[in-house]
Amino acid sequence: MTAIVFLIFAAFAVFCGINLVLQTHPIASALSLIGVMGSLAVLYLLLGGEFIAMAQVIVYAGAIMVLFVFVIMLLNAGAEAATFQVSRFVKYFGAILLVFFLGLVSFVIQSQLPRTENVVFGAFQGGSALDVGRKLFTTYLLPFEVVSVLILIAIVGAIVLARKEV
Amino acid sequence: MPNPAVPLSWYLILSAILFALGVAGFIFRRNIITVFMSIELMLNAVNLTFVTFSYQFKQVDGHIYSFFVMVVAAAEAAVGLAIILTVFKNRSTLMIDEVNSMKY
Repeated sequence: MTAIVFLIFAAFAVFCGINLVLQTHPIASALSLIGVMGSLAVLYLLLGGEFIAMAQVIVYAGAIMVLFVFVIMLLNAGAEAATFQVSRFVKYFGAILLVFFLGLVSFVIQSQLPRTENVVFGAFQGGSALDVGRKLFTTYLLPFEVVSVLILIAIVGAIVLARKEV
Repeated sequence: MPNPAVPLSWYLILSAILFALGVAGFIFRRNIITVFMSIELMLNAVNLTFVTFSYQFKQVDGHIYSFFVMVVAAAEAAVGLAIILTVFKNRSTLMIDEVNSMKY
């Protein structure tokens, strides 16, 4: 069951990643990136990261991508002119060949690597918000405070940069 | 029938594939917003690696690291998109090979 879920969402993530690189319009790329982030959130859940899956959906797919889409629409960004002139057939056949190549390379690497343990859903319970919060406010308190200063600086910097007269 | 299970290395291979796609987008795309989204894709791939190793060691530290990566990505997105806005205001273009006045 977990293998099926993993394969579905891994394939969706790779498909969306290829689509992100191939699409010429930024909005299509942004939608593909949201697909990657959503499927990665499911994979985090499979690995027992409840909190990080939630944060992935809220922070990445929610906040950051809204910012991206907002800027794309504000700048009225159109489709970019193609770098190479390729026919539609070459484009899609190339995408299929790329998937095949990636699968082949993964298979070779997988057969060379030593056997790793299998992922069992629910074997790692330490990723809940309780555990993450406890670790965050004891062991990682100093990095947490530093990162809060960093994000304050980033907010001020963004306002300064996007002012009217620059 | 044995329950088919996924080895941990598949997650790492998926992460490597996504990172390689991000690098390809970063190198080959010319729209500055798409280049920026490729960077986000690379950050996501690294996050998956952190969470995978966190599962292997049964420690929550990897989740904390990827949480910090998310915060830094948010800060980077805010500042980077402000820079993109400023570039567009001054140059009226989003193509990175037309923003080349540092070249001469």
